[in-house]
Amino acid sequence: MHYIEPHAHMVSRTTADYQQLAMAGCAALCEPAFWAGYDRASAQGFYDYYRQLTEYEPARAAKFGIPHYCWLCINPKESEDAGFAREVLEIIPEFIDKPNVLGIGEIGLNKNTKNELAIFEEHVDMAKKYDLPILIHTPHLEDKLKGTKLIIDALKNAQVDPGSVVIDHVEEHTAGIVLDAGFWAGMTLYPESKCTAARAIDMLENFGMENIWMNSACDWGISDPLAVIKCALEMRKRQHTFKAVQKVIFDNPARFLKQCKNFKMPETP
Amino acid sequence: MPTKTDILDLYFMDSRAKLLDIASYLDRLDRHEGEIDFRHEGFLNALQTMLETKENRTAAVLNTLSDHSETPIERATIQVAYGAPGASK
Repeated sequence: MHYIEPHAHMVSRTTADYQQLAMAGCAALCEPAFWAGYDRASAQGFYDYYRQLTEYEPARAAKFGIPHYCWLCINPKESEDAGFAREVLEIIPEFIDKPNVLGIGEIGLNKNTKNELAIFEEHVDMAKKYDLPILIHTPHLEDKLKGTKLIIDALKNAQVDPGSVVIDHVEEHTAGIVLDAGFWAGMTLYPESKCTAARAIDMLENFGMENIWMNSACDWGISDPLAVIKCALEMRKRQHTFKAVQKVIFDNPARFLKQCKNFKMPETP
Repeated sequence: MPTKTDILDLYFMDSRAKLLDIASYLDRLDRHEGEIDFRHEGFLNALQTMLETKENRTAAVLNTLSDHSETPIERATIQVAYGAPGASK
């Protein structure tokens, strides 16, 4: 079975993980820009990071036959320093035309502050200016519900086409809010936070299988690069058809990503 | 679609193990020295919510463990989240 991994932070993973992903049937992989686990000391650090996302990682993935795409932004944690964030925002247009760039992401909120929200809105303006889709990070744990509502309000105020936005890391208390407003929803499969495979399948059964995808969001934390294909196996154990599994792990992400100018449908047998 | 028996076969043992882990965690917390904080109160509230709710229990538990304020805060004093509301208390 082949699938698309719509959210993976491969800069934090080993080359052996690319090998595992290829053997598991990963046909394409998308990497949003994110927090490195520490705050960068200068905007130049982001310049180097964007080079890594647009030059080095696509080459590393290509060795295993996996097309690598990326999203660009400054993450919400480092957006709290609005002056610093604006310096980084000025760098992004230089990279927007790179051949593996999909859009702006993962932007969003972390602690739901005024500065985070201001920088979020400036990212949205940039996406509108360059006609790019948006990938959104919703806050962690106790901050997720409030952050999701603030993000949706900001997107509505900006009059963004909800069909071009995927709001990621939804859980049971936010999935309905996101989908009812017309946005795409992403479910992140983590062993501890966010949701397990069993809960992700519950959400598919409760909220339907339209405009929703799942991802591993594998990074430097406790996470599993093979989480998507393991969840596909869990779906089969729950008696979902191959067609339903295929829809969630390949057809849905492909349908959203086809809006991105640089995305090419991956080759599958 | 699977029957209730299928779901029991798939998830009962896993859920039983998780339930025992919660019971052991509560005993462990009681047994050790020191003070509890806002996280424990949130956890107990969430347990109560789960037992009292008859449908959509996961969403109800998550809502119990969420910050329900509606306006952005002035500035971040921490970068992390703790899993229960009340860190600033």
